[in-house]
Amino acid sequence: MSYGALLAALALAVAALFAASLLVGPAGLPPGASLRALFGAEGRALVLVMQEIRLPRAILAAAIGAGLGLAGAAMQGVLRNPLAEPGLLGVSSAAALGAVLALQTGLAAAFAPALPLAALTGAALAAVLMLGLAGPRSGALGLILAGVALSALGGALLSLALNLSPNPFAAAEAVFWMMGSLRDRSMLHVVLALPFLAAGAVLLAAAARGLDALTLGEDAAAGMGVRPGRLRLLVVAGTAATVGAATAVAGAVGFVGLVVPHLVRRAAGGLPSRVLPAAALGGAAMLLAADLATRLIAPDRDLKLGVLTALVGAPFFLHLVLRLRREGAG
Amino acid sequence: MRRAGLALALAAALAAPAGAAPARVVSVNLCTDQLAMLLAAPGQLVSVSHLARDPMVSAMADRAAAMPVNFGSAEEVFALAPDLVLAGTFSTRATVAMLRRLGIPVLEVPPVASLAEARAQIAAVGAALGREGAAAALLAALDQGLAALAAPPGPRPRVALYGANGWTGGAATLSGELVALAGLDNIAAALGLAAGGFVPLELLLVAAPDLVLPGRVYPGASRAEEILSHPALRRAARIAPARPAEADWICGTPHLLRALAALRAARAAAVE
Repeated sequence: MSYGALLAALALAVAALFAASLLVGPAGLPPGASLRALFGAEGRALVLVMQEIRLPRAILAAAIGAGLGLAGAAMQGVLRNPLAEPGLLGVSSAAALGAVLALQTGLAAAFAPALPLAALTGAALAAVLMLGLAGPRSGALGLILAGVALSALGGALLSLALNLSPNPFAAAEAVFWMMGSLRDRSMLHVVLALPFLAAGAVLLAAAARGLDALTLGEDAAAGMGVRPGRLRLLVVAGTAATVGAATAVAGAVGFVGLVVPHLVRRAAGGLPSRVLPAAALGGAAMLLAADLATRLIAPDRDLKLGVLTALVGAPFFLHLVLRLRREGAG
Repeated sequence: MRRAGLALALAAALAAPAGAAPARVVSVNLCTDQLAMLLAAPGQLVSVSHLARDPMVSAMADRAAAMPVNFGSAEEVFALAPDLVLAGTFSTRATVAMLRRLGIPVLEVPPVASLAEARAQIAAVGAALGREGAAAALLAALDQGLAALAAPPGPRPRVALYGANGWTGGAATLSGELVALAGLDNIAAALGLAAGGFVPLELLLVAAPDLVLPGRVYPGASRAEEILSHPALRRAARIAPARPAEADWICGTPHLLRALAALRAARAAAVE
């Protein structure tokens, strides 16, 4: 498949899944009335359902999926590690910890953007830590082990913060923060997350050419005028913005950033600058599909997004580990 | 729920042998705390649960502030040397089992789902405390209050109780019964939820209630309660300006009258 055909096919899939996401919901509205209501031409209740409940959910699924796909592709590029992914490296759980702290301290109630900013800060600290640990000569699996430890620490501190909350519902919500869900999100969340997701995407796109050079090796990249410090900074900032904003409103959704870049890499031709756009579209499609599946499989339970992405992603991860071992890189 | 009433009466009879009113009563449940504070003779009640002091859930937090409190562990309750322990059927299960093994009489009361069950429970706890007279007076006051707040004539606005995660109470709950008594139609019935259940926001909007009574929001923050500040909910339905305090309709006590009065006020505001 040519690169153009790949992008077109992915864009088509995103559009179809976006439409499906708008048409599926507990109220079981007929598609025609749903679409008219989306543009304000129906009864007040239907218009609210479409514009204030289903539309923000679909927008968030697409934007967050795209952000996670981009972040995964960029991290795999900068670490030159096929197993890198924000969820597996502890970046998502640090972002969730930041978000929970902003919520439970009342910071987010006083100043709404504090929520994504705190998640972004958590994600940035974790990303810096992982890049520091990665160093010039760390094995692929060593980095993942460090990520496992960081994830466990983030999860534990998150549970602690929720358990200490005066809110009786908060303690039960660790699952949401570790697994993610888009239920009952509103346009307020879209407004909160979208600017950060867009800024993150711009930063990661700016890193694309540097990442291309890095595929030839660090020395070659330096020879081509790529400053490794600046490249890393771009990727850390871009990843922190996308993963921070995504996690602040939807919780930590794992494996999207792992699976999607691998699926599109062969057809995209391997260069990060070509993988990034395809990974963004693929991530959007994957998260839209996962969110749709949560509503179709168990409409009356709040099935978590991370459950579905892990059901696909974890076997895929094991497959990658086995392949790495065969290639002797582990 | 006649069986529950019967079991209660039976348990009460076992707990308090005829003629011997317990002298040291300990309560480990929020609802029995309040019933005991309302019914016990001076000095008879020696400790209530720590929840009784929490004004969010206890309608008698000020009175409980003057009482010694316990945290419901078998060890601390046993150390108080009670001759009757009042407990709920849903919590402190291990404590109740342990106290029974130690030979301490325990009266367990289930959560009430109707005014009839609340009446039976007041009578049962009164009997267990040897305070039948006080229980009769409390029931008379409850009946008088209910009569004074009888359902007003006129339109019945369609109301939705809407709490964390979209929980709504149905007709077969204490809150549902009070909603009906206050002259309001509960949309839970139209949604086929007799006992209550989780209602997705979409379905609530399509059901289009005249009035929404949102649940209270606790300090801290939770995702479960975020649905109550969803812009679609705020724009779709009129939010009741006044609603019953949570503490007033958790337990089967005469504080239910305050909840009923608040519901009447919410209805009056909606009808205007």
